[in-house]
Amino acid sequence: MKKDIILCGVGGQGILSIATIIGEAATKAGLHLKQAEVHGMSQRGGDVQSNLRLSTDQIWSDLIPQAGADLIISMEPMESLRYLAYLSPKGTIVTSSKPFVNIPNYPDEAALNSELDALPSVKKLDIETVAHECGNVRGANMVLLGMAAPYLEILSVDQLRSAIATVFARKGEDIVNANLKAFDAGVAAVQPQ
Amino acid sequence: MKKLLLGDEAIALGAIHAGLSGVYAYPGTPSTEITEFIQGHPLTKERGIHSRWCTNEKTAMEAALGMSYAGKRALVCMKHVGMNVCADAFVNSAVTGVHGGLVVLAADDPSMHSSQNEQDSRFYGKFALIPIFEPSNQQECYDVMAKAFEFSEAIKEPVLLRVVTRLAHSRAAVEIGEVRDTNPMNPSTDQWVLLPGIARKKYEVLLGKQAQMLEAAEKSAFNRVEKGGKQRLGIIACGIAYNYVKEAVGNDANILKVSQYPLPEAQVKALAAENDALLVVEDGQPVVEQDVKALLGAGYPVKGRLTGDLPRTGELTPDCVCRALGMPAGPAFEPAQNLAGRPPQLCKGCGHRDVYGALREIIDEMPDARVFGDIGCYTLGALPPFKALSSTVDMGASITMAKGAADAGLRPAIAVIGDSTFTHSGMTGLLDAINENSPITVIISDNLTTGMTGGQDSAGTNKFEAICLGLGMDPAHLHVVTPLPKNIPAIAQLLRDEIAYEGVSVIIPRRECIQTAARHAREAAKAKASQN
Repeated sequence: MKKDIILCGVGGQGILSIATIIGEAATKAGLHLKQAEVHGMSQRGGDVQSNLRLSTDQIWSDLIPQAGADLIISMEPMESLRYLAYLSPKGTIVTSSKPFVNIPNYPDEAALNSELDALPSVKKLDIETVAHECGNVRGANMVLLGMAAPYLEILSVDQLRSAIATVFARKGEDIVNANLKAFDAGVAAVQPQ
Repeated sequence: MKKLLLGDEAIALGAIHAGLSGVYAYPGTPSTEITEFIQGHPLTKERGIHSRWCTNEKTAMEAALGMSYAGKRALVCMKHVGMNVCADAFVNSAVTGVHGGLVVLAADDPSMHSSQNEQDSRFYGKFALIPIFEPSNQQECYDVMAKAFEFSEAIKEPVLLRVVTRLAHSRAAVEIGEVRDTNPMNPSTDQWVLLPGIARKKYEVLLGKQAQMLEAAEKSAFNRVEKGGKQRLGIIACGIAYNYVKEAVGNDANILKVSQYPLPEAQVKALAAENDALLVVEDGQPVVEQDVKALLGAGYPVKGRLTGDLPRTGELTPDCVCRALGMPAGPAFEPAQNLAGRPPQLCKGCGHRDVYGALREIIDEMPDARVFGDIGCYTLGALPPFKALSSTVDMGASITMAKGAADAGLRPAIAVIGDSTFTHSGMTGLLDAINENSPITVIISDNLTTGMTGGQDSAGTNKFEAICLGLGMDPAHLHVVTPLPKNIPAIAQLLRDEIAYEGVSVIIPRRECIQTAARHAREAAKAKASQN
């Protein structure tokens, strides 16, 4: 089994923390992993992405081929569309619904939403508001990870929860619990009612 | 034991475990994380491994050569364009030869993710006539360090280690090996004085080692042949290209994997003899493709970047490698419609913004003004909303290009350079300008750090006024200002006054980078909390 994931957003939104947690869970589960990151200039408020590949077998390329990604996990709705050519026709987009507008020519929001809604499998959520409701204003990325969790398949929700506990352990129990709460809210948001 | 490491981190750990005594480097994407990893490793403190940042790549290369002279193992790290800066020392280190193992790491940036060109450092290795290692994955990044140091000491030559961005900044699990001791102090007793009479002899010695280097590459465990292809196509896969080839064809191909140079010519000829055509897959410029064409002659079909089978520019991808192998792409989504570019920008609250706020006023008032830029976060002043820069070429070129333009009669000629770039390569140019009292206005935008690469120490912090005065600046035309939005009118007025002066002016807007300021505040709060 293998899962190819594109993590994306705007520099500074915290996509690398999501990658770190998935990486921790994958390592503990004994999976093969490759994760290509963006460092340097583009981190300054520009578009950023990370190619994350998980597999039970050896992984060769650090990059995901076009139409190869099982999942796009995006901190920003327009950014989720930037990598559309990389999404498998059977793949899913899990994204924040709230635009991050730091450019003058940001597309019309209604048009952006209708383009997203026309795709076969998209999960959108105002992750910042949900994080706020959880009392964890900096936990939007954990809400997003929770939304993506049921689609990861190669890792269970419990494995991801345990990785969150490990990654945030040095910051204390309160931070661990706040992040788990945000994560759980994300999981709940995509579960069938 | 396995550890999840970036390619850069695997190189760093491999070097420490191979008995490194010093890393010498100037920050540059995608090489920066190597030195940072060494700086943070417990063995660095325990063993006293040198890891402080250098002023530029040339000082780094020379210091590392000095450490090698003393018998210890040294690593020099830089981005590809840093090779241009240290080229004099680098090329001549092959002529002196080395004593303690010396590994020069060049991190190339195909696709120019964070760079101004995509030059291929393997040309430098060939130019200097030394061996090159090009690991294909994170495990090889770790494993190659011990081999590279051993080989460097065995042949008494520096070796070049070449990686590309995609490997430097990609993470995978790496099996960790044994930890070797550092070398004892043991200065060279050889002659290293490159007077012409000696240099001629040493150059002969270097040429005499070429056969040994080639033989090592032919027998290298990093180079190997895989057979199994049904088509009569041989694939030469260099460095990281091997992964894209394997992703595409698995075991169903005839592959020569190349991760150690000089190019193993016997293996290339054997692959050519067993197939009807060769495809060369290499990231960067067509270095091997040219060599293979020369080796096999015009009659043998060799495909690659020069023939258009692979794109002439840009980093390799699994997709372009599949196309070159004639494998059809499957169905995919059409590109999105509601999509806009999102270029990087200066942080909100950054002092460079206020510098450009003032400069924009000047440019609007004086359409003949030209602003010569330099390399750093402030290069983003070229983009909207500032659109302030006319040029950005290489480290330090702002001051010297402004001088040359002023020599030609251009007025006003303004240079914008950061603090770290100024000490890297701007000081010598300023001396030229001062010696001729050139009519230029130099802005040293000092944010007290090397910002673009993530906030490393800047060599000249707290010394800029002294440096400028020491170079002979007239104190009446040397000013320090604080770049804040409220000060923009005053800075603009100062610029007008100094532009009117027909001689060298230096204005130093100084305010800490907001990223490092936030980090320092966090560290201070942490330190206070642990005290209480």
